[in-house]
Amino acid sequence: MQIILDQFKATVAKAYAQKTPLRIGGGGTKHFYGNAVPQTHVLLDTRPYHGIVAYEPTELVITARAGTQLADVQALLDRHGQMLAFEPPFFGESATLGGCIAAGLSGPRRAAAGAVRDFVLGVRLLSGKAEDLSFGGQVMKNVAGYDVSRLMAGAMGTLGLLLEISLKVLPKPPVELTLRMAMDQASAIEAMNRWAGRPLPISATCFTDGMLTIRLSGAESAVEAAHAKLGGEELDDGAAFWQSIREQTHDFFQSPQPLWRLAVKSVYAPMSLPGNALIEWQGGLRWLSCDDPEAVERIRKSAKEAGGHATLFRRNGLAAAAFHPLDDGMMRIHRALKEKFDPAGILNPGRLYPEF
Amino acid sequence: MSVHKLVNRLRAFLPVEAVLYEPEDLRPYECDGLSAYRQMPLVVALPRTEEQIVSILKLCYETQTPVVARGAGTGLSGGALPHAQGVLLSLGKMKQIIAIDPLARTARVQPGVRNLAISEAAKPYGLYYAPDPSSQIACSIGGNVAENSGGVHCLKYGLTVHNIMKLRVLTIAGALLEIGGESLDSAGFDLLALMTGSEGMLGIVTEVTVKLIPIPEKAQLVMAAFDDVQKAGNAVANVIGAGIIPAGMEMMDKITIHAVEEFLHAGYDLNAEAILLCESDGAAEEVADEIARIHAIMQQSGAINISTSQTEAERLSFWAGRKAAFPAAGRVSPDYYCMDGTIPRKHLADVLQGIEHLSRQYGLRCMNVFHAGDGNLHPLILYDANQPGELEKTEEFGGKILEMCIRAGGTITGEHGVGMEKINQMCTQFGTGELEMFHAVKAAFDPQGLLNPGKAVPTLHRCAELGAMHVHRGEEKFADLPRF
Ligand SMILES: Cc1cc2nc3c(=O)[nH]c(=O)nc-3n(C[C@H](O)[C@H](O)[C@H](O)COP(=O)(O)OP(=O)(O)OC[C@H]3O[C@@H](n4cnc5c(N)ncnc54)[C@H](O)[C@@H]3O)c2cc1C
Ligand SMILES: Cc1cc2nc3c(=O)[nH]c(=O)nc-3n(C[C@H](O)[C@H](O)[C@H](O)COP(=O)(O)OP(=O)(O)OC[C@H]3O[C@@H](n4cnc5c(N)ncnc54)[C@H](O)[C@@H]3O)c2cc1C
Repeated sequence: MQIILDQFKATVAKAYAQKTPLRIGGGGTKHFYGNAVPQTHVLLDTRPYHGIVAYEPTELVITARAGTQLADVQALLDRHGQMLAFEPPFFGESATLGGCIAAGLSGPRRAAAGAVRDFVLGVRLLSGKAEDLSFGGQVMKNVAGYDVSRLMAGAMGTLGLLLEISLKVLPKPPVELTLRMAMDQASAIEAMNRWAGRPLPISATCFTDGMLTIRLSGAESAVEAAHAKLGGEELDDGAAFWQSIREQTHDFFQSPQPLWRLAVKSVYAPMSLPGNALIEWQGGLRWLSCDDPEAVERIRKSAKEAGGHATLFRRNGLAAAAFHPLDDGMMRIHRALKEKFDPAGILNPGRLYPEF
Repeated sequence: MSVHKLVNRLRAFLPVEAVLYEPEDLRPYECDGLSAYRQMPLVVALPRTEEQIVSILKLCYETQTPVVARGAGTGLSGGALPHAQGVLLSLGKMKQIIAIDPLARTARVQPGVRNLAISEAAKPYGLYYAPDPSSQIACSIGGNVAENSGGVHCLKYGLTVHNIMKLRVLTIAGALLEIGGESLDSAGFDLLALMTGSEGMLGIVTEVTVKLIPIPEKAQLVMAAFDDVQKAGNAVANVIGAGIIPAGMEMMDKITIHAVEEFLHAGYDLNAEAILLCESDGAAEEVADEIARIHAIMQQSGAINISTSQTEAERLSFWAGRKAAFPAAGRVSPDYYCMDGTIPRKHLADVLQGIEHLSRQYGLRCMNVFHAGDGNLHPLILYDANQPGELEKTEEFGGKILEMCIRAGGTITGEHGVGMEKINQMCTQFGTGELEMFHAVKAAFDPQGLLNPGKAVPTLHRCAELGAMHVHRGEEKFADLPRF
């Protein structure tokens, strides 16, 4: 692995010296996501730098190289009855751990368990000057220095080439049960929030097409007790349903229209936007499939009014920026940080925002 | 700038009583919870509104005056230690709970609000704010954000960083940043994570939106005594290995057990080398199951004495001893010094042995309380500040403990922050590249270095002078040689 590491360093050092941009690629599973980078940029393939560095189930920590296949990480955890609690979407078999962290996407369990960034404990990375740096560590609690590790989650590879990542892992719940009940959208939003405020073991929620689907996870006794309280009809293959939501293979996501991802205040009323909606995360995540090219500004504005932001998740032909614009003050900080981590602007430039 | 000029300019927008400069008025602000470090500020400013803070910061920015933020001053690393030429910005008057949204399960509060006050206000809705530092009756949410504070329940419920959604932050130039959102994520870099634990170095937090979670239906506690620390450590690993994430998992060593038992009579087993407190919470059915499993695991792990709380009063009395560890230290010794390292749990027995060895070497007693679930160790070194040289010896002893934590693959601070106190050990934990990057991050927010100068990140010059050896990722030359 040292040889590969040396190659990475040489590639980044050369790019830095010559100011020639790189595009960091893992499994290529999420290249639809974020702003496109020109194919002319040199591809740095992270996959050769792979492998589990350390895993001790009773410490609840796994450390792996960024090019490790996400599926391998998950299979190893699974054998020990543990999981990545943020339930990351793969979007393809070849997804890498580095891509998972860099893209910062979390799945159905997010509202109950936390996001990618919540589980990042430490990273080792190459800066845009090819410096080999380590932040955070392999322990649960660590406040020495600024939390640079979590900053990498969702930065789309613009702040550093991730080499190794340490994550907190959790035991898998012994029992999961999926329930379904017919409801209109406004009632579903209200119900998801009301239940989230009660001590119930709800680990995922999804509303679409007049149907609210809920997953309960935990000890058998707790799941049964919650089922009795909530009612609803038991879904036979709950796991397959949640996988179809996480991986976006569910019918809702098959539309050829642009797909928007609106993260909003969970209690916000049904949004009056054109197109079809699917709601997750106790109301906090709203997918919108909408082909109106005139609606871009309206969607962004509505998301902001609803306390959040809108991402053009799958472009499907629509030419617009992927991420919600930042205000001037925030953009200034973003550019200043980018300047520090990657002074020559060679790491995935434009992938997150055209400005850097 | 002269005190006189500064006071006059501050009084242009602050009422008379909000600007302190007489020595007797400044005195209460000369230290935080780490009273070994003291420094009088030039001036204390006590704003009541965000607008006033903007004016203070703009003035300080214009006049290049250092600014140190202070919440409740309970910090244990000298983070709120004033600057001799600076303004101490106390957020203590900003105590308003602005709004609670029970359906969305959030509370929007000013930075000076006490941690516990949030949970008290949320209680009527069946909700609470999860991170519960032992100082929760006093410490402020702004200070919690600045230190990324944790509590005894954070293995299951997370630290401050996991339980906040949005911050209003003012830069030193007085510009407002809205970081995070009412949604579960926000566009761009995760600045919410970067701000959390940044020790007042990057900006002033003027408002915090926290997450509230439902109060568990039931909580129950198992107390297990062990005749051997290693066995207690193994018991912790066995509980987690069985797929249980306890709501709390605390350990106390023998000297702590004796100190608190003498003081509180909580019914702790005085023959024990270590006591574990392991809590389960959730739905009643779930707790009953989990407690039975925990009990069995403690037995299999060789506990010599196990009790399970049968009533809420009993649960609280078991906890009382742990919560009284600090005051108990204060009773058995004129002074105590609280350390805060984190280690991978598997090294617990070795590290405790190392501490015992150091304790003998320095001739100073040391009590150990331990957030066992997440490996966060709080050695309390007992000393007497009136004995010449004893504080220095204590600090050296403490420094050695932290270096041992780094060698074990851990960190010099789990939750109390670096502040002024652990600045030297930062040179051991990090290399030049990382330290440079920390300075760069600071400069992205505060290029002139006016916010809390000299704290949290050592200058490279200081590290060079110290000659501290950076321990690279837990590896070290001659790692097999004993260093205790
Ligand atoms: C087969 C293939 C086809 C491509 N086609 C196109 C195309 O048509 N148009 C186009 O614009 N681009 C294309 N790209 C480039 C693409 O935009 C990025 O290289 C791609 O997003 C890389 O992420 P991924 O999906 O391969 O990895 P993922 O593993 O899914 O990564 C997702 C994100 O994480 C970043 N990332 C991954 N690993 C690391 C790491 N170790 N450190 C830091 N950041 C990391 C990636 O750069 C990306 O931003 C292609 C890349 C590949 C490999
Ligand atoms: C008996 C005792 C028990 C403790 N137990 C725990 C525990 O269990 N867990 C734990 O994590 N800690 C614990 N602590 C440490 C301390 O209580 C925490 O660090 C707490 O978060 C500090 O809050 P404070 O309001 O007192 O902050 P202060 O001490 O006033 O300040 C701490 C730091 O925060 C900065 N700061 C304060 N307010 C702001 C703001 N609004 N904006 C920007 N920066 C700001 C200051 O500049 C300083 O660097 C304990 C302390 C004591 C004395």
